[in-house]
Amino acid sequence: MDLNLDEVEKICADLYLRALQLLPPDIKAGFSELQRTETDATGQAILGTMVENIKVAERTRNILCQDTGIPIYNITIGRNVAFDGAGLKEAVRRGAARSTRENSLRSSVVHPITRKNDQNSCGIRVPVIHIDFDDREETVSIEMIPKGSGSENGSFLKMLLPSDGITAVKRFVVDRVIELGGRVCPPTIVGVGIGGTSDLCMHLAKIAATRPLRTMCEDAEGAKIEAELSRAVNELGIGPQGLGGRSTSFAVHVEVAATHITQNPVAVNIQCHSARRARATLTPGGIAFS
Amino acid sequence: MAHHVLEMPVDADQVRALKVGDTVTLQRTLFGIRDATQIHMFDRGRTTRLDLKGHAVIHTAPNVHRVAKSPAAPAGYTPFCIGTTTSMRMERFTRPLMEREGVRLIVGKGGMGPATQEAFRDLGGAYLAIVGGAAALETTWIEEIEDVDMDDLHPESLWKFRIRDFGPLLVGMDAHGGSLFDRVQADVASRRDAVLAGIGASE
Ligand code: SF4
Repeated sequence: MDLNLDEVEKICADLYLRALQLLPPDIKAGFSELQRTETDATGQAILGTMVENIKVAERTRNILCQDTGIPIYNITIGRNVAFDGAGLKEAVRRGAARSTRENSLRSSVVHPITRKNDQNSCGIRVPVIHIDFDDREETVSIEMIPKGSGSENGSFLKMLLPSDGITAVKRFVVDRVIELGGRVCPPTIVGVGIGGTSDLCMHLAKIAATRPLRTMCEDAEGAKIEAELSRAVNELGIGPQGLGGRSTSFAVHVEVAATHITQNPVAVNIQCHSARRARATLTPGGIAFS
Repeated sequence: MAHHVLEMPVDADQVRALKVGDTVTLQRTLFGIRDATQIHMFDRGRTTRLDLKGHAVIHTAPNVHRVAKSPAAPAGYTPFCIGTTTSMRMERFTRPLMEREGVRLIVGKGGMGPATQEAFRDLGGAYLAIVGGAAALETTWIEEIEDVDMDDLHPESLWKFRIRDFGPLLVGMDAHGGSLFDRVQADVASRRDAVLAGIGASE
């Protein structure tokens, strides 16, 4: 299969708008579950407003939240796919810029020092592009995540000591969730990275925060901790928007990586209730959006 | 806990009647304001021709479409996606906003701090919490962009919206020292140790 870069540009443009307009099914199911378990009247009312917002966005073809975020594209390339790598990155960039222009999206991306906004959602090293490979035959998937800033600002890294143990890791996560309160637009997905190097640890937290609900950490120890922490954060009483209630988070997700004998790193990255994500899968048979 | 429908503008007595936990629906007029608007108004001494006396302001930088001026778009803009930003960044402007411009209500997300609480108590103001991230819905409460001033700061201009059934909003801070945000924070702090003990992570 030859990867057609004009097609990739068009898909990347479509995915940006699609992600901003439609929440994925697992997040909608997550809302229903929280509505079943929320006992606080204010919490219930706020969840109701959020669910109504999802419906209004679908009905009026509006975007869910005014924050168009930082565009992230995760590309996974299978076997027997021919492509021009440098051209692929350029096509992704053109797609994000095109979507911004054609849909009059607010460009939320600026130069980090001059704060200049090129009004195309692009800048140095942005869109963030991750390219990975798997063993599917003639298949390419492109996932688009517009990462909102309110929740992205809820990011932390701590190089704990081995002697601090896993208890310090858990305490760190709970304390950061408390510190953030309503600022990160709860209910959230709390992404936790454990292990790796400092940069890998932070990246694990992002993978965890943007992983679909009802998926589990592949490492059994990591899965145990995510189950524990998922229960714990919803006993804190922060609630939707930080105004009280059980529904602080849809879930806590953990991703792990091996680390150094002298290290015990933990990272936190939060995804807000506008947990936007859209995917296209390309095969010789055509394109499927999900 | 009462529900109040407020036809804007309002006076101090109407605002002092609001209590933390009450809900509010605003009618008629709402002004949009953000960081840059207030930096220019209060740090750089700019004034506005718009009359904010007795009115509510919302912390926003809206997504709008630029269109030709017409009776339906008197300012040359139509609303596209209007959402709310985190209020806390604008904490130091609450008092001047109330003292100089006569603003009575602030609509925002995430709550505000002690300086705002004091200004509310001294001057008669309240904070109305909106659901952050529910911008598509919020936009349906805005009928028209009636006017805009300081548009060189676009999108952080001073916006005048015509609204209808804007809410329900939750009274998060009132003129009597009440703050839902403080209350929740204290409650969360009191639960922390038990939660940590439950996962074997006590200090
Ligand atoms: S944190 Fe998320 S829901 Fe809240 S304003 Fe930002 S993007 Fe929207």
